[in-house]
Amino acid sequence: MNRTGSVSSSLSPVSGCLPDVEPKPAGQPLWLLAELTYKCPLQCPYCSNPLDFSASGQELSTEQWVQVLRQAREMGAAQLGFSGGEPLTRPDLNELIQEARHLGYYSNLITSGLGLNERKLEQFRASGLDHIQVSFQASDAEVNNMLAGSAKAFEQKLKMAREVKANGYPMVLNFVTHRHNIDRIDRIIELCVELGADYVELATCQYYGWAFENREQLMPSRAQLERAERITNEYRARLEAAGNPIKLIFVTPDYYEERPKGCMNGWGQIFLTVTPDGTALPCHSARQLPVQFPNVKDRSLEDIWYRSFGFNKYRGDDWMKEPCRSCDEKGKDFGGCRCQAYMLTGDAANADPVCSKSAHHGKILQARSEAEVPTDTPMTFRNERNSRVFCRSD
Amino acid sequence: MSVQRIPGFNPMFRLQWEKAQDSYVLLYPEGMIKLNPSAGEILARVDGQRSEAEITAALQQAFPDADSLAGDVREFMEVAREQNWIRFL
Repeated sequence: MNRTGSVSSSLSPVSGCLPDVEPKPAGQPLWLLAELTYKCPLQCPYCSNPLDFSASGQELSTEQWVQVLRQAREMGAAQLGFSGGEPLTRPDLNELIQEARHLGYYSNLITSGLGLNERKLEQFRASGLDHIQVSFQASDAEVNNMLAGSAKAFEQKLKMAREVKANGYPMVLNFVTHRHNIDRIDRIIELCVELGADYVELATCQYYGWAFENREQLMPSRAQLERAERITNEYRARLEAAGNPIKLIFVTPDYYEERPKGCMNGWGQIFLTVTPDGTALPCHSARQLPVQFPNVKDRSLEDIWYRSFGFNKYRGDDWMKEPCRSCDEKGKDFGGCRCQAYMLTGDAANADPVCSKSAHHGKILQARSEAEVPTDTPMTFRNERNSRVFCRSD
Repeated sequence: MSVQRIPGFNPMFRLQWEKAQDSYVLLYPEGMIKLNPSAGEILARVDGQRSEAEITAALQQAFPDADSLAGDVREFMEVAREQNWIRFL
């Protein structure tokens, strides 16, 4: 996959030290997201996995994952997310959890709850898993199951959320909100309170991967969004007054902002994703960019993080074009999201069009006005069959 | 408030020495708090068994050159409780 290859980096000290590019200042990869697999029993139409996931190569072995965990920890990684796909479909998950605790990670299982049971929860607890994030699609079975493409999903999720708490884990509940469930935000919050969540992420869909494909059907109108935020604030005040320590985190979609988000705290600064086949990315959606990213099978993580072409590509600010280059906010938002710039303008070095200074900001305004008019186009569900269609059309 | 009270961690937080940060840190879901040296030394002695008085005595022994630490420890315990890092058992 990579031109420097494993032979040169492990056997020849000279070529092993030769960087792909001039390294730029980089922080420590404090956050490691381990996408163990693309296998998943659900078919959420807003999944952040790549559209062509079905064409992905062979999954890393247990030993290869252990090496990734060790190397990243050595470089300063402290937070570890086990993600996917559904990470529970990996039979070696418990072994990886044990290794993670042994190395000193604070580990998080990011799961749909499907495939989880009491025995596994106890086993993971004993192995040192620190917390569990259960994702929900909606507050009631009907919408949840429609979106997840599974009839029994909701019941199982509720059961598992209760078990997570019963086992003494801190629990993060994650609700991806969109135009089909955001009007029920009060019921969503009440469900989270009832389940005893410690943190609740009410995260409005971000339009990457499958969600970008389904944006028209997912994006809430401005009125929906404002209403949801107001209700969330009311609940916050009420819950705090009642002495409930639950934390409600409301994430607005950047499509309704005038300045872009400081995506990933800057390219290759604190965040490192390793995909099921070992491709290392500065963020979990970067795979769609026309940039060659390194693979952990070919070279060390240290070499990847500090010296690879892909991880240095958008570090710092000398890659920036106008209006970012001369902008006094570039140190704050780093020009926004490279993936969004690429998806909406065709050039990842452009300003994120969320920014009102971008020449392409009209694309965002257009999406907002489309969100005012409901559409009945069917959604594209994330599954193998649909993914193969995207593989062919590439 | 008695110095006999026993502090213990909120199960949401885990304290550990972090070599890469050269400090104690508190880890929690999706975050990390880097502690200053004195906060780290105090929290490193919180085990859900020792009382505030015992923790102060242990610190006094570990840092014999320091002036009386009781006030600092008490002040920090209040901060730590407000932050929800610890609870009194």
